[in-house]
Amino acid sequence: MTAATKTSPPGRTIRAVALIAVALLMSYPLLWLASSSLKPEQLIFSEPGLIPSAFTWSNYADGWSRLGVPFGAFMLNSAVICILSIVGNLFSCSLAAYAFARLEFPFSKLAFALMLVTLMLPFHVTVLPQYIVFQSLGLVNTIVPLVLPKFFAVDAFFIFLLVQFIRGVPRDLDQAAEMDGCNKYQIFFYIIFPICRPALVLVAIFTFLWTWNDFFSQLIYLSQVERYTAPLALNLFIDATSGESAWGMLFAMSVITLLPLFVLFVIFQRQIAEGIATTGLKG
Amino acid sequence: MALTRLRRVFPALAKPRVRSAGSANDWKAALVFLTPWLLGMVLLTALPMIGSAILSFTSYDLLSPPRWVGTANYQRLLTRDPRYLQSLEVTTVYVLVSVPLSVAVALIIAVSLSATTRTANFFRGVFYLPSLLGGSVAIGVLWRQLFGSTGLVNSVLAAFGVQGTSWIGDPNYALGTLILLHVWQFGAPMVIFLAGVRQIPKEVVEATIMDGANPVQRFFRITLPLLSPLILFNLVMQTITAFQAFVPAYVVSDGTGGPVDSTLFYTLYLYLEGFRNFRMGYAMAMAWILLFIIGAFTALAFWASRFWVHYES
Repeated sequence: MTAATKTSPPGRTIRAVALIAVALLMSYPLLWLASSSLKPEQLIFSEPGLIPSAFTWSNYADGWSRLGVPFGAFMLNSAVICILSIVGNLFSCSLAAYAFARLEFPFSKLAFALMLVTLMLPFHVTVLPQYIVFQSLGLVNTIVPLVLPKFFAVDAFFIFLLVQFIRGVPRDLDQAAEMDGCNKYQIFFYIIFPICRPALVLVAIFTFLWTWNDFFSQLIYLSQVERYTAPLALNLFIDATSGESAWGMLFAMSVITLLPLFVLFVIFQRQIAEGIATTGLKG
Repeated sequence: MALTRLRRVFPALAKPRVRSAGSANDWKAALVFLTPWLLGMVLLTALPMIGSAILSFTSYDLLSPPRWVGTANYQRLLTRDPRYLQSLEVTTVYVLVSVPLSVAVALIIAVSLSATTRTANFFRGVFYLPSLLGGSVAIGVLWRQLFGSTGLVNSVLAAFGVQGTSWIGDPNYALGTLILLHVWQFGAPMVIFLAGVRQIPKEVVEATIMDGANPVQRFFRITLPLLSPLILFNLVMQTITAFQAFVPAYVVSDGTGGPVDSTLFYTLYLYLEGFRNFRMGYAMAMAWILLFIIGAFTALAFWASRFWVHYES
């Protein structure tokens, strides 16, 4: 029994009704988006309800090929960037986290504090000079500037998350392994890394969510339509259909770009909620 | 002391570390493990920061070499660029309204969801989903329709006989729709509050019930003080994020910040100056002022917290 369950029955009913009302109000736009993507264009404006009076797949079929390049190609571009970012973050952040959580080295406290400070740094301070460098290297309009930084542990949030997790792992494990003749590298690869699985899953999930939703850096680095990611394509879609009424197609493609996020959310809901609660990750 | 306060809010800073007798080889291994991070820190953070600090005193268009202009960029920004001051104002209003609002909603909902039942967890999911999707272009598209002249909001209003306007097309309301979009994403701070609410010891709650406290009194005497460190944490994190908001304004205003610069967010203006007008030095000066503003806000929040944040000692 917690605090809230002790309210009086009428209070409880009011609270339940209020919660349901807020939940409906909040999810209505999303439900309506999904339902409208299946309506013929003219019905989107006349029907505020959720059940389409007429049903069509044509928004999806037309939207898919509307930009000349099939929309699946943009989804694939996004997926490639996401997967490489996940690999990079898992690799670089777990290495750094192990050093911070377990190893003794000079200036370790200073380094750790520095790492935490970068958490609060607005990335606009570094993104412009990075752009200049990547441009002079001829790497603009490739995925290198989007993916390469992940292999250098720039997402300090994940180091922080993994450090916290590793600190919760009993040191006896390390010591036992050390007795058996493991060196630090072996301890990391055979003990710590495998044991961090739940935290690594979180790192992977959040890297995916943030990278999939990322827009600013993709907007500045990718200029060729064939290399566009899903959000860039969606943005292009707005321009390409301006002046005509194409909400149906726009909605259909929006639903498609949201679908991976939604699926991930449904599968990992508990882990995501716990991850935010314990580390204060932004949503 | 400032550091102890910081450590209470960000538990990771507190390191009650019991060290094994550190072997001399530790630091060599540490160097190996930290190599990627160190390289990133130097090449992708420190050097770019130095670079942008220097270039913020130049005029640089990416084509011709940078030209030293002294403090001209900063002077122009703070005194002679009405669009910049407008972006500063828009962003400040956005932050000052949407952050407290979303944190308040998050707190209220979290308190009403404190029971660890399946239903409560279902609601948690429903409330959290928007903050997962909210930053995407797709939701920006949805917002364009919802608050457009022929959008869903207006068709609902019409059913009540109210004649709506194009909310995103009207400079009086456009920013309001973006604030609403931010508040819609209260799920992330809510999940943090919820974890805190569920950790409140039931003995404490039961004791206050025995004392005859009603739910409202319980909220103000128990829940609020116990959650105050989390309130500070959420306010700070939300403020940092909100100052950097970009996607909603970009998508809703077609990348212009319109109508009449009413949604010209700070980072949107920075983007336009840096990547559309190729005034790199100017944009970098903007980035540094942003860093300063965020730093000042965070420091202020921590300073003010001594008056209202309650820590269990």
